[in-house]
Amino acid sequence: MIEAWPGGLKLSTDKNLKRIIIEPVTRVEGHGKVSILLDEKNKVKQARLHIVEFRGFERFIQGRPYWEVPVLVQRLCGICPVSHHLAAAKAMDVIVGADKLTPTAEKMRRLMHYGQMFQSHALHFFHLCSPDILFGFESDPAIRNIIGVARKYPALAVQGVMMRKYGQEIIKVTAGKKIHGTGAIPGGINKNLSVAERDTLMKDVKQMMDWSLGALKIAKDYTVENLKTLAPFGSFDSNHLSLIRKDGAMDLYHGNLRAIDAQGDKIFDHVDYQKYYEYIAEEVRSWSYMKFPFIKQLGPENGWYRVGPLARLNTADFIDTPEAEKARKEFMAVTNNKPNNLTMAYHWARMIELVHSMEKIKELLHDKDLQGRDLVTKGKRRDEGVGLIEAPRGTLFHHYKVNKNDQIEMANLIVSTTNNNEPMNRAVQKVAEDKLSGHKITEGLLNNIEVAIRAYDPCLSCATHAMGRMPLVVELFDARGIILDKKEKR
Amino acid sequence: MAKPKIATTSLAGCFGCHMSILDIDDRILKLIELVDFDKSPIDDIKEFSGRCAVGIIEGGCCNEENVHVLQEFRKHCDILIACGDCATMGGIPAMRNNIPLKECIDEAYRNSPTVYNPKNITPNDKELPLLLNRVYPCHEIVKIDYFMPGCPPSADTIWQTLIALLNNKPLELPYELIKYD
Ligand code: SF4
Repeated sequence: MIEAWPGGLKLSTDKNLKRIIIEPVTRVEGHGKVSILLDEKNKVKQARLHIVEFRGFERFIQGRPYWEVPVLVQRLCGICPVSHHLAAAKAMDVIVGADKLTPTAEKMRRLMHYGQMFQSHALHFFHLCSPDILFGFESDPAIRNIIGVARKYPALAVQGVMMRKYGQEIIKVTAGKKIHGTGAIPGGINKNLSVAERDTLMKDVKQMMDWSLGALKIAKDYTVENLKTLAPFGSFDSNHLSLIRKDGAMDLYHGNLRAIDAQGDKIFDHVDYQKYYEYIAEEVRSWSYMKFPFIKQLGPENGWYRVGPLARLNTADFIDTPEAEKARKEFMAVTNNKPNNLTMAYHWARMIELVHSMEKIKELLHDKDLQGRDLVTKGKRRDEGVGLIEAPRGTLFHHYKVNKNDQIEMANLIVSTTNNNEPMNRAVQKVAEDKLSGHKITEGLLNNIEVAIRAYDPCLSCATHAMGRMPLVVELFDARGIILDKKEKR
Repeated sequence: MAKPKIATTSLAGCFGCHMSILDIDDRILKLIELVDFDKSPIDDIKEFSGRCAVGIIEGGCCNEENVHVLQEFRKHCDILIACGDCATMGGIPAMRNNIPLKECIDEAYRNSPTVYNPKNITPNDKELPLLLNRVYPCHEIVKIDYFMPGCPPSADTIWQTLIALLNNKPLELPYELIKYD
C-alpha cells in the first residue's frame, strides 16, 4: 500500500497532517503541464506552465560532508550534470579558501565546461529542436522527432549524434565519466589531461569546427528567413541577466553579475556574486513547485529576467573568439545593437555559443598547462561559499553554509531553468493568446506551445524531469472554471 | 514481422539514465533498425500504441503520478527493466526518506535566503500531483523483471542488455561494466 501526503494543501495548515491512500490514479501523466483559462468571450485570461515535481535537495543534503556535494548535487540533473558539479565545486573553493586555482585546475575545469556546453547545445538543437524546424511546428507528430530526422536527413542526424559524442568524450577525460563524473574537487581537480587523451581529442577538432559552423548557418538562415513570423512568436520585452568577464566579454565559466533592461540600460553591473542574495529573490506561487526569481530593486512585478544564450548575447560587450564574435555582430545587427527580445532567437544565440565553445576547446587543447601536475590549492577555511556558473541554459546559483564539523548546514540552489520560469510562462501565455481561436484545441496548437517552451531549452529535470519533448497536458476552462476541452500529449 | 517495441520513461530520476541511453551514440541508428520506439520522452508518441516488448524505467516513485505511469508500463510491457540506482533503490531522491516531508518543503519555500513569500504559502494547487510520504523503488510498486545498477548504468551495459534481450541470449557482462564508482 502506498501512502501519500496530501501535498501542500494540508501542509499549509501545518497541523492536521493527514495521510491518504492512493488507489491507482487515473490522473494524467505529465511533468510539465499547461493550463489555460478563458473568459466569457473565449479570450485567454490566463495560461500557466506548472512544474509538478518536488525533490527537497536543499534539505536532505544537510549533514553531508561538504566535499561530497559536487558529486552529490549533480544528480539533480543528468542532462547537464557538469554545471551542477562545477557550480558546487566553485562554492567549495570558497569554503576551503582556494581563491585562485592553479592554472591546470582552472583550465581542466574550463575544458570540462566547454565540453558540456558543446554536447548540451548539440543535443538541444539536433535531437530536440531540429524536428520542429525541419518538418514545421504543426507537422505529423509521428515523424516529428529525432528518429524521423534520422530517416529523412541521415547526414544531419549523424552530425548531431557525433557532436554530442565529442562533448561527452571531453567530459569523460576531464571528469572521469560521461555522466556524473568526479573530476572537480574543493580547491581544484583530481586529474590532468594526458598527452594521449589530448591527441585523441585533437584529431576531430577540424571536423567539429566545420559542423558547428554548419549548425550556426542553419540556425541563422532559419531565423533570418522567417523573421516576420518568428518575431512575434512567444516574444516580449524583458530584462536579461548573466555573468560577465571584467572586460565585458562573454565568459561561461566565471565572472561578475550584469543585468540589463529591454533597452540595454544597465540595472546593475560587475556585482560580486558572493552577495547575490542582496540582488535576487524568488517568489513562491501556489501553482508551481518552481519559484519565480526577480531582481530585488525592481520588485516581483517588473524584476523578472531572462537567462541563457539569448541573455548572454545581449549582456556581453563582445566575445573573445573570432568566429563567434563575427556571428555575434551579425546577430546584434538584426536589432540595431539593442537587446534582442525574440524568444525564437534563442536558437541562433545557442549556436553562436556552440561555435564559441568549440573555439575555446581548440584553444585549450593547445595549452600545455593542461598537462601540469599542480592540481589543488587551499587557504583560509570559511564557513560560507557561493558558486555561480553559466550553465547551457543560463546562470546557475549554488550557495552553501558549512559547520565546523565540515557538514552542510544550509543549501540554496537557483537553477538555470528556474530563472526562466516567468519568461517561459509569458511565452506560453503569448502563444496561447495568439494561436488559440475558439476552444477547439488541435495537436498543432499544443506543439506551438511546446515550441515556445522548447526555445528556452528548459531542463525541467532540475525541478521535474523531462527532456525537450516534455509530456504536456493542456486543459481549457471557461470563466466558471468548468473544463471545456482537454488534450494530452505524452 | 513487425519490429519489437521499446518504451522508456523517467520518473523520479535526473534524466541521466536517458542520457546514458543516448550515449550509445551512433549505435542508436542500428537500434532504430532493430526496434521501434513507442512512448518515450525522446519522441512525440502520446499513448502506448500497442504491446511493448521492453519497458525501461528511470527513477523511483516520489508522487502519485509516478505510481500511475509505472503501473501503466507494467500493463503494457512484457519485460520491465529498472534502469539505474534511482529505479532499483530510490537513489539520491530517496535521501529525503529519513526527513519529514514538511521540513523539505519548508526549507525550499520558507527558509531559503532568497525566498520571497509574503503570504507564507507553499505550492498547493490541484494541478500538482500529491507527493508520496517517501520515495519508493520501482519493485515496491510493480513486479520488475531485471535490475540494472549504476548511476547511470553505462551506455555499453544498456546496449549489451538490449541486444541480449532482443536475441534471447543470456547476458554476460565483462568485469569493467559491473564495477561502479
Ligand atoms: S540512477 Fe543516477 S543517472 Fe539515473 S536517474 Fe538516478 S541519479 Fe540520474
